[in-house]
Amino acid sequence: MSIRDIVILDYGSGNLRSAQRALERVGATVTLTSDFDSAVNADALVVPGVGAFAACMRGILEIQGDQIIDRRISGGRPVLGICVGMQVLFANGDEHGTEVAGLGQWPGVVEQLDAPILPHMGWNTIRAPANSKIFDGLADERFYFVHSYGVTKWQLNGNTLDRQPPVVTWCTHGTDFVAAVEDGPLVATQFHPEKSGDAGLALLQSWVRSLY
Amino acid sequence: MSLAIRVIPCLDVDDGRVVKGINFTGLRDAGDPVELAARYDAEGADELVFLDITASSGDRKTMLDVVRRTADCIFIPLTVGGGVRSPDDFNLLLRAGADKVSLNTAAIADPNLLSQAAERFGAQCVVLSIDARRCPPGVSTESGFEVTTHGGRRSTGIDAIAWAIEGTKRGAGEILLNSIDADGTKAGFDLQLIEGVRSVVQVPLIASGGAGALTDFAPAVNAGADAVLAASVFHFGEFSVAEVKQELNEAGILVRLIAH
Repeated sequence: MSIRDIVILDYGSGNLRSAQRALERVGATVTLTSDFDSAVNADALVVPGVGAFAACMRGILEIQGDQIIDRRISGGRPVLGICVGMQVLFANGDEHGTEVAGLGQWPGVVEQLDAPILPHMGWNTIRAPANSKIFDGLADERFYFVHSYGVTKWQLNGNTLDRQPPVVTWCTHGTDFVAAVEDGPLVATQFHPEKSGDAGLALLQSWVRSLY
Repeated sequence: MSLAIRVIPCLDVDDGRVVKGINFTGLRDAGDPVELAARYDAEGADELVFLDITASSGDRKTMLDVVRRTADCIFIPLTVGGGVRSPDDFNLLLRAGADKVSLNTAAIADPNLLSQAAERFGAQCVVLSIDARRCPPGVSTESGFEVTTHGGRRSTGIDAIAWAIEGTKRGAGEILLNSIDADGTKAGFDLQLIEGVRSVVQVPLIASGGAGALTDFAPAVNAGADAVLAASVFHFGEFSVAEVKQELNEAGILVRLIAH
């Protein structure tokens, strides 16, 4: 088995070192770059993201990250979005009443969670469907979340006859929200697997193994 | 099914070395923050806090190296504080592998630093650290608690509860509340202080200062803390992170339990 080459898309967002080291720990070769061709052609692409939806979208668009992700998905090549890197895959982000267009891989709006304490910060349980691959053997584990926004309604349009329905995993903080999505080559988590201890490493390992 | 209460060990680091006495057995180098961090991780720590108490600002590079080495091998959240004066200091720590950065004195001197950091990096990584105490004679605030600096040695006359409100309005995504009165007493957390801050802020609250017994932690949580932090009781091996979690669990408080 060859070691998989993974690119972490470096568009200026936060702490990328942990994601890099966690993926290396589970056997991948990892490059941090914003280079278009490297990101399109890598065995797998990780889209990280912390902070504001709008700022992350700006950073992604500046390096043509939208085209990188489109090309990869249409070619069936794996992409993993983490935290705001998951949120930007939805159609829209609503921060302080201002809507910002997302990458539109899935319909839905990222909006502020309705909870007494925000950010939602810490280790929470998830509800994974039985056919989830990334939570296989990990459904009872806690994962580390830090975010104030999320997708509270999952709605998929009818024009998806050509693909399997996505596997959606939920979490609750004040309200139910999407914790993870597995949709063919496109996988995303609202939590930080690279900060979720052994459970997070196990999840990353099963994702990396799925690349072979 | 809900969010777990976090248990967080804090390490004071001076020029790259853990300074408070360490009484762990089985460590190759008990003064190495990275090795100690790994030990706490294995015990089930939910996060780690490094406080850089290096006196000279010229030695900050050492702390960046400690943060890098920690982030390279430990995959739980890391907060770093101490001597952070500017958004650029903030950025260096985040790029080195910190997930959150705590601000204390510099935020009191210039509260705009909180909003600048929150705008640039996101509120989720901005921790406002407050060293609070009951007002001594000659100092008066509305809540009866004041903010101190220099580890509690200097009075500011600023109301600690009002400062918590202002800090979160300016963008702090979490508050690390340290009771100067309780710190070092091992007589338990200052529950009144925790309740006072909890009742006015809607961001996560880490309670610090006073932990001396396993039974001290549940009351802090019941007073409104989302996380409990301790230093010396863990360093001196009086009890472990795992034992604190077990005790909280038995008190009916949700924690992340690690299977061994």
